[in-house]
Amino acid sequence: MKQAMTDPGFQATGLADIQGRLLLVKIVVVILVGLLVVRLWQLQVRDGTYYRSLAQDNRTRSVLIHPVRGLIYDRNGILLANNVPGFNLYVHLDDVPDREAMIEKLAELLSLDESELNKKMQAQGRGTPIRLKKGVSLKEAAIVESHRLDLPGVVIRPEFQRNNPQGAYAAHVLGYVGAASEEQLAAEEFQGLPSGSVIGQYGVERIYERTLRGHAGRKFIEVDALGHEKRMISVDKPQVGNDVYLTIDFRLQKLAEDLLGEEAGAIVALDPQTGDILALASRPSFEPNALSRGLRADVWNDILQDERHPLTNRAIQGQYPPGSTFKIIMATAALDTNAIEPTETLRCEGRFRFGRRTFRDWKKYGHGAVDLRKAIAQSCDVYFYRLGDRMGVDTIALYARQFGLGERTGIDLPGERTGLIPSSEWKQRTRGEPWYPGETISVSIGQGFVLVTPLQMAKVIGMIGNNGIAFQPHVLRGVRGRRGEWIDEWTPTQTVHLTLPAHQLEAIQAALAAVVTEGTARRARSSVVPLAGKTGTAQVVSLRSESQEETPKRFRDHAWFVAYAPFEHPGIAVAVLVEHMGHGGSAAAPLAKELIEAYVSYGVDDKERTQVSLTSPSDKVMPQEPRRD
Amino acid sequence: MIDEPWRRRRELDRFDWYFCAIILALSAIGVLTIYSVTAEKAGTQFPLYLKQAIWIGVGALVFLAVSRIDYHKLARWSFLLYGFALLLLVVVLFGGKASHGAQRWIALGPLAFQPAEFVKVPLLLVLAVYYSTQNRRGWWYRVIVPALITVPGFFLILKQPDLGSSLSFLSIYVTLLLVVGVKSKAFGAVLLSALMLFPFAWSELWGSLHDYQKERILSFVNPDYDPAGRGYQGMQSRIAVGSGQLIGKGFHSGTQTQFKFLPEGHTDFIFAVLAEEWGFLGGILFISLFLALLLMGLEIATKAKDSLGALLAIGLVGMLTFNMLVNVGMTIGLAPIVGIPLPLLSYGGSATIMTMAGLGLLFSVKKERLKLSP
Repeated sequence: MKQAMTDPGFQATGLADIQGRLLLVKIVVVILVGLLVVRLWQLQVRDGTYYRSLAQDNRTRSVLIHPVRGLIYDRNGILLANNVPGFNLYVHLDDVPDREAMIEKLAELLSLDESELNKKMQAQGRGTPIRLKKGVSLKEAAIVESHRLDLPGVVIRPEFQRNNPQGAYAAHVLGYVGAASEEQLAAEEFQGLPSGSVIGQYGVERIYERTLRGHAGRKFIEVDALGHEKRMISVDKPQVGNDVYLTIDFRLQKLAEDLLGEEAGAIVALDPQTGDILALASRPSFEPNALSRGLRADVWNDILQDERHPLTNRAIQGQYPPGSTFKIIMATAALDTNAIEPTETLRCEGRFRFGRRTFRDWKKYGHGAVDLRKAIAQSCDVYFYRLGDRMGVDTIALYARQFGLGERTGIDLPGERTGLIPSSEWKQRTRGEPWYPGETISVSIGQGFVLVTPLQMAKVIGMIGNNGIAFQPHVLRGVRGRRGEWIDEWTPTQTVHLTLPAHQLEAIQAALAAVVTEGTARRARSSVVPLAGKTGTAQVVSLRSESQEETPKRFRDHAWFVAYAPFEHPGIAVAVLVEHMGHGGSAAAPLAKELIEAYVSYGVDDKERTQVSLTSPSDKVMPQEPRRD
Repeated sequence: MIDEPWRRRRELDRFDWYFCAIILALSAIGVLTIYSVTAEKAGTQFPLYLKQAIWIGVGALVFLAVSRIDYHKLARWSFLLYGFALLLLVVVLFGGKASHGAQRWIALGPLAFQPAEFVKVPLLLVLAVYYSTQNRRGWWYRVIVPALITVPGFFLILKQPDLGSSLSFLSIYVTLLLVVGVKSKAFGAVLLSALMLFPFAWSELWGSLHDYQKERILSFVNPDYDPAGRGYQGMQSRIAVGSGQLIGKGFHSGTQTQFKFLPEGHTDFIFAVLAEEWGFLGGILFISLFLALLLMGLEIATKAKDSLGALLAIGLVGMLTFNMLVNVGMTIGLAPIVGIPLPLLSYGGSATIMTMAGLGLLFSVKKERLKLSP
């Protein structure tokens, strides 16, 4: 042992040696354990509050409760948009241990597209649940519920879905809803809107989004590590949106759309004395229910790429040459500038020579001697060529603007277009070319550069019927709160008016009446109500074939008819445009007549308006938060 | 001289009583904590906390039995015991029961046990016997031969794979190596050569690890790297401990545990549960009790009759210290997350019985001295 003691390399294993080192060992043990205590003090005492808050965040989760959207009614209280319960598929990413496996499993169970699921999950960050699928069927919901243990973090939530009980009718007016996109959420208008919110994307749903939306609520729940709700801590109830009443008369709306049928086109009916839009139809249409419930990407692409553009609201977005309906503006301009007297006759021999060009009348051998009444009733082109030549394009443009053409009417629907009223200044500015006087001749019969929307033409004809006064066209009648109280009611607002003296205007009105009684729109003559109107045929391509039947449909002319009724104190002004259907007198006028007759038989007038506002929406189903379990 | 043995006797009695009281107190804390974690899981099975109580009962019997045996007699059988334990490890490797991607269990009827636990005490015996009888000097006898004794068990456990148990196993050897007598200069040389060897051994060691073990070590290096992945356990564990604050959230009220954010609350992360529900005070109480147990073990070593007894005591205390430090260390973010149970607290029959056997051995060392000293 002593030998070992002197050994430089190792000590022996003598008891004394071992025990001599034990004090050191004890000190080392105490120091090491002391380290634990120090660390424990750091975690629990020094940083305790921080970790306490982390633990709180861990187990409490705030769940968004989407507000129930307000309902949309027509002017008579017919329900146009409501909410129905449906199932939505959500995922809490925080609770998903294996995202790949979850996606694979879901895709397999519900035959969803894996890459689409992946994309949705990348779109939003952690924290908020992500809606993977809207409108899950009861069967699919059952499948997910029965695989609940294999799909931690995946939940089915009963939630309200937007529903249009009238199907595709009034689709362009009502619009549809959809989840707010990243860009929309970033926009100032939607500041503070929780992600995953459903907002109006089109039509009234879009324009009156703030009114309809209400306010989202939140509930704070305690969850375990698997995301299962253990207990509700508090709830901040959502606020239901307000109900919107439209000026639309759904009966007329439905009729207008049915009248158009499969043809592309638009019908606008408004009350010239108030600006109320009674019907605003556009065809082809779309199914707002399908869009509101969320479409698969390929279906959505099909809709976007459809050549017939079903999403375009032709009544406010379709820009067409007005054709002969523009003669109303021409007549107004000519009378007001004394370019002609109503009784003055001009000769029409079926052609008008201007410089080296010859402009033809639609009637090969002409109308003979033509005064204002005959010119409008028979839609004599040569008469208006001459007026155009006398006035020049800038005078025409001035009067077109008096009618509000070339600018938006300001209707409360999104995406309205301005149309186009050309002037010499306009041409110089946009094309860098001077205006050629020959171009004025085309403008005189509503061709050339002139473009109008059906709504603008409805406004024009309404102004004539209403003695030169126009009211702001609008679809909102009023807003009602939850308890049925009126929060907001539209008051008719006068916008523009004509400078034309009354007796001159009467000459035009008489001529427009003659259009129906003896002119180009005899097919619109009604035994029920006296009406006045003007036909139009808008050339699509400047090729005059002998017969429209031989031309391929997409090159055929658009048919126009604008009218108002009753002749005295008109209550309705209508603009009908049917694409590629040729003459306005045959294709468009009968539709307007039917609509006007229906209007008269329904008897929509100011009295009914006040009556309706007194009825309370008692049959309204008050939506409630769906029960959760 | 007449009354002196009496006095000493009474002192030792008090020592015995404290010693056993501490063991019982720690065991009771364990059972209570397991109850808190698993009470709601019951219904399908026999409740885990009762099972653990039974294991402690069995362990107590083992403790009594071992403490009554003269450790010199056990020492005589040490090589045979170690050989038998290694054989069991080989059996596990080929015919063991797999769970969680590792093959660690041997099924014995309805029971299953972990040979990796039962090989520890035999190794302790063998190494203690070796160092106490082998007086020859030089690297070969002091470092290499004991290492060669340790290595088969170490690799067999690592191969299961069970990183935690293999390190715990290794800690016995390292403790004895450091304490038994490497002079400081030589100690430095050992450490240095170990560090120099490390890069060469690294790829071999790293390659033999399972992916989840690698991830655990990686997440220790950077715990905030992936909160939902491996780092998740460590993160949730630290949140559990920290949120316990000074006095804790109360028994059965730890949100981290009760809402299952904390995994393995009744086994590897039992300290986190304790610290969450009983706070800093509870943690200190546990650590103090455990430290007292360790120091009493070292006290027994100090007063051991011979070097065999002293080495047995030191080796056991070393292993217990290592297990406790690594386990608590990993729950509070001081050590990588390796699966080492907290002695006397974590749920598990094999570990509990092994610990009790080791403590029995310690007691036997103490009693031998009493028997022969007058």
